Amino acid sequence: MNQLFLNMDASSIDWARAQFALTAIYHWLFVPLTLGVAVIMGICETLWYRTLNRSKGAAVDTFWRDTAQFWQRLFGINFAMGVATGIILEFEFGTNWSNYSWFVGDIFGAPLAIEGIVAFFMESTFVAVMFFGWKKVSPGFHLASTWLTGLGATISAWWILVANAWMQYPVGCTFNADTMRNEMSSFLEVALSPFAVGKFCHTVISAWIIGAIFVVAVSCWYLWKKRETRLAVESIKIAVIVGLIATLGAAFTGHIAGQQVAKYQPMKLAAMEALYNGGTDQGLTAVAWVNPFCQPDYEHQTAAPLKVEIPYALSIMATNDPHGYVPGINDILNGYTKPDGTREPSVDEKIARGQQAITALAAYRKAKHEGADEATLQGYLDVLNTNMPYFGYGCVKDKHDVVPFVPVNFWTFRIMVGLGCLFIIYFAVLLLLTWRIPWLSAITRRLLAVVCILPETEADDRCSITGLPAWHYWTAIILVPLAYIASESGWLVAEFGRQPWTIQDMLPTWVGVSDIGSTAVAVTFFLFLFLFTLMLSVEISILLKQIKKGPEYSA
Amino acid sequence: MDKPGFLYRLFDLYYDGFRHMTLGRTLWLIILVKLAVIFLVLKVFFFPDFISQHAEEGQEADFVATQILKE
Repeated sequence: MNQLFLNMDASSIDWARAQFALTAIYHWLFVPLTLGVAVIMGICETLWYRTLNRSKGAAVDTFWRDTAQFWQRLFGINFAMGVATGIILEFEFGTNWSNYSWFVGDIFGAPLAIEGIVAFFMESTFVAVMFFGWKKVSPGFHLASTWLTGLGATISAWWILVANAWMQYPVGCTFNADTMRNEMSSFLEVALSPFAVGKFCHTVISAWIIGAIFVVAVSCWYLWKKRETRLAVESIKIAVIVGLIATLGAAFTGHIAGQQVAKYQPMKLAAMEALYNGGTDQGLTAVAWVNPFCQPDYEHQTAAPLKVEIPYALSIMATNDPHGYVPGINDILNGYTKPDGTREPSVDEKIARGQQAITALAAYRKAKHEGADEATLQGYLDVLNTNMPYFGYGCVKDKHDVVPFVPVNFWTFRIMVGLGCLFIIYFAVLLLLTWRIPWLSAITRRLLAVVCILPETEADDRCSITGLPAWHYWTAIILVPLAYIASESGWLVAEFGRQPWTIQDMLPTWVGVSDIGSTAVAVTFFLFLFLFTLMLSVEISILLKQIKKGPEYSA
Repeated sequence: MDKPGFLYRLFDLYYDGFRHMTLGRTLWLIILVKLAVIFLVLKVFFFPDFISQHAEEGQEADFVATQILKE
């Protein structure tokens, strides 16, 4: 019987995975700030445009233009530092993940090409107008260019996330046994798959949170230093609305994404929840002891130790029904009956079907080379196509190999959700403090004073965010790294939860990786670590210098 | 005096923009160095196309098949 394996050093898989993770994590430090600040600078410039239109030729207050230009300058620094860092990921596909790259064919190439051609050129065109065009184009065209710069970056993200979503939920494709590639059968199915839409909304909205927290943090630093007060207060007022909408939106889209995971990647959900044995009426684990460094004994434990759960919440999250059925790791390994009465095969059964697919593929290719007749070839193809959904299982030797590393999924999910809840509370409190709704603001201040969070002082007559003790402002600054940790944790959940697959159920990592020496990959790993750290240090240094310099006010 | 044409205004936008850059000069320098490192160093010396290096032209599918399917 044919077996699917690679003659290679196992550690090269680990280095290739580590290198890809490192590159993606660094790339994702730049992208969300670009997407988030784009919204806020767009709002600032819209307010400038409105001010200009209302002036009707009279002397005009240029505050909003100066504010927009200030945030655009910080946006520009981040944009410049982040540009092209994603290209390295594509290099890695061709060198470290060549089998994967070939296997995915144009399905992965098409979205990335569209991203490069349309979205990148769109944002790079309008970013020039945004920076160079203040005195060259009409205010309306300039405003449109500013929003289109942000839109271009967002469309870029769309196509990247379409490619990633396809790896989680491969649709709209047919495997061609002659070319050994998946070919796109429906562009719309790939581009508008529910996974892609859900992932896009959740990811982009979470990027707005980072943008909002960044703006609040910079503004709070100014308030702490007692300078640029108007810019800081007005920017916080905008950022707090964007942040609150984004955090609530991220919670909602996260719920949608959770349902998709429950439907199409139940093993990922089981790992996220450390749910060893599923059932109906499942509670969501609030806390439990899952050793962060080793895989739990899910086969013999009934549940994670010290588990405290929110009753019915997991069933609601996964199925919108408090009594809904959610399978655990052991259920998925051993097979289970779904609520609709159909049976999900066990992993052993899937392995057997995957091996049938691989055997049929090998036989087809051999017969084709030997010039076999059409009927024989079609027979092999029929077996291959019938079992293709389980193709990847054919190279799994042990059913436990399909269980992702539970601790990473469990803890990163909790970090993401926990910090997300913290951001909702923070933005809600900040909203009440900054917006002048007198009775609400007064109640909030009084309540915070009762729990000793705020001193019993009268608020500034313009805004109650001014004149606070320094630690309030430092809290905002500390939230910046926490926002990044939450965002990166989201990626870790998405990517670690998919393991061991590069393409869900179709191609495991050890088959997708190139037969390449681990030393070569290790060398480039450390090279990237150095280069990216250097670039990040340069960016932070330039950003801090510009923040210290502050806005350039018009004469 | 006639209003300058579209192409002139487009040229002027970029020419004037680049000429008056301050922080932008540093950022462009960083971008150019970064692109040079990515395309002239990393791509050339560290990231060859694995399949085209190991498979003859037109035989890539056979090469991937041998990588994936092995007796």
